[in-house]
Amino acid sequence: MSYEKFIFYVFAALLVFSASMVIVRRNPVHSALFLVFAFFNSAVLWMLLEAEFLAITLVLVYVGAVMVLFLFVIMMLDIELAAIRAGFVRYMGVGALIALAMLVELAMVVGPARFGLDKFAKPSPMAANALPNTEAIGEQLYTVYVYPFEIAAVILLVGIVAAIGLTLRRRPEKKTQNISEQVRVKRADRVRLVKMDAEH
Amino acid sequence: MNFDTTTLIPVLPEIYLLTLASVVLLVDIMLRDDQRLLTYILAQAGLAAGLLLLLVLPGEGKTVVFSGHYVRDAMGDVLKIALFVTAIGAFLYSKDYLRARKLFKGEFYVLGLLALLGMSVMISANSFLSLYLGLELLALSLYAMVAFDRDSPAGSEAAMKYFILGAVASGMLLYGISMIYGATGSLIFGEVSKGVATADRLVLVFGLVFVVIGLAFKLGAVPFHMWVPDVYEGSPTATTLFIGSIPKIAAFAMAMRLLVDGLGGLHEDWQGMLIILAVLSMAVGNVFALAQGNIKRMLAYSTISHVGFLMLGVLSGTQAGYSSSMFYAIVYAIMALGAFGIVILLSREGFEADKLADLKGLNQRSPWFAAMMMLLMFSMAGVPPTVGFFAKLFVLQAVVGVSLTWLALVAVFFSIIGAFYYLRIVKLMYFDKPDTDVALEAGWDAKLGLSLNGLAILYFGMFPASLLSVCQVAFG
Repeated sequence: MSYEKFIFYVFAALLVFSASMVIVRRNPVHSALFLVFAFFNSAVLWMLLEAEFLAITLVLVYVGAVMVLFLFVIMMLDIELAAIRAGFVRYMGVGALIALAMLVELAMVVGPARFGLDKFAKPSPMAANALPNTEAIGEQLYTVYVYPFEIAAVILLVGIVAAIGLTLRRRPEKKTQNISEQVRVKRADRVRLVKMDAEH
Repeated sequence: MNFDTTTLIPVLPEIYLLTLASVVLLVDIMLRDDQRLLTYILAQAGLAAGLLLLLVLPGEGKTVVFSGHYVRDAMGDVLKIALFVTAIGAFLYSKDYLRARKLFKGEFYVLGLLALLGMSVMISANSFLSLYLGLELLALSLYAMVAFDRDSPAGSEAAMKYFILGAVASGMLLYGISMIYGATGSLIFGEVSKGVATADRLVLVFGLVFVVIGLAFKLGAVPFHMWVPDVYEGSPTATTLFIGSIPKIAAFAMAMRLLVDGLGGLHEDWQGMLIILAVLSMAVGNVFALAQGNIKRMLAYSTISHVGFLMLGVLSGTQAGYSSSMFYAIVYAIMALGAFGIVILLSREGFEADKLADLKGLNQRSPWFAAMMMLLMFSMAGVPPTVGFFAKLFVLQAVVGVSLTWLALVAVFFSIIGAFYYLRIVKLMYFDKPDTDVALEAGWDAKLGLSLNGLAILYFGMFPASLLSVCQVAFG
């Protein structure tokens, strides 16, 4: 077994292990941390394919941004663990059966028989003078894939509009300062002069 | 690499829609709450101008731009015109409803326009990637529109169900796409259809199954229809109107692009899958609709049955079949628009007319709109001389044309069952006493729109050739 293969199997095994821990752990914080671990392992697999850019973005975006937010939400919200787990054993049988069927089907289709090296040639290692990974992706993204790229940008816009539209609201019971109203206030609004007889 | 600006001309409808949505968004920020009508007028005027743009835009044959991700062809042009027309109708009918419920906000129009952009992208997609992104653009806008009434628990629940099932469907679709990409080595439909001939059949069919499941989720075909009634019932009627009518046009385009443009070589494989989906949809849709007391739920099940019919034309795999399905999709969008328009017309401030009983005695309250609703219901049931009859007839002809006569018989059988619940509405309107004698509240514009909508059903029913020839040219 070559060294590369050895690395692959080690990290692939770790990936499968951490992915299954994500779904079986009782504590959601543990699950989230195992998911972070799974992301790191798949980043290594990307690295083996010489796709450094994808490996780095996976760590930066998923681990650095998405999972941190995720953990933040889990810890902020008071999640009733027992309620989430309630159906686990009951649905386990059906779930396992479906998963098994899927696994068998997948194994029949995806495998060396159909995706072997005789069908798809092994990618040649990158030439020394080739464009670096990041540059090559950037060049593709802004030329060949510029149209899908723009649509993806519009999808983000929809996300912003939807998030603001659905959450921004004025709650009457909330006590906050209204700065513009405070600045605009005039003397007449606050001070009332009362004429009184002088006391003897 | 050279870039020629003329390659942008075929994409003008999408560029225009995006600009319009952005302008509406920016203008809306500047407006006070009592000036919101301006947003509405801007969106409507923009859509009307866009319609003109589509009509004058030159285009012949098939133009592929953006490295193969975008295609402009006759089918796309016709469907986009139908999209704009139905969108104008949907905004028109929903205006009074939204104002009466304090939901009259700019975001509704921005999200509506962006959903329209998503559908337009789907219609013109020439690769799996742009198709998927268009679909997500549409779906995300619709999720937000379903949850638009934030204080309604039913709306939030519907949005949540829609979101989760939509995400599952997208996952299925992506999984199938990745399989097909693995087998053919390309995302562009033209390349995929070439690759299908040589690629491994089993991998392709495995991918195809997932693609068809994703498609069936989005179309709302049985057994992937669970979300449809809940979403239709839970959303504000203005959103139901939007979801129930316009996306059907895009869904048809999606089916055509995926199955015919991309995977046309696997026709005999997907034909069988679509037959199962179509028969189940027609059966479950029509039978369950009988038991509904809520008109929005009833129309949801009716949608499911119509989706079954829509699939019949596509699965026949002939030019005649495709054009008959296209005819069906456009006609269904117009019918659904009108039917939900009437539901909105019956609602008023603080009152949702979503029970079948609310239609009782409509003839005594407003004979004209009772007649319009009767036309729409006859058309959905497929009674001549309305256009629904011809839509069903052409689809059935296409199915018989490929020697699937038993399928045509099944379709006819279930439409006869379906006719019951459409005719029950006619009975309620004409032979029952109204529970209330409150006059219908609606502006002249919505009334005019609804009248035109009802009369269009009759017009196209008398002269179906006018619309059919357009659909046939698209596949000429």
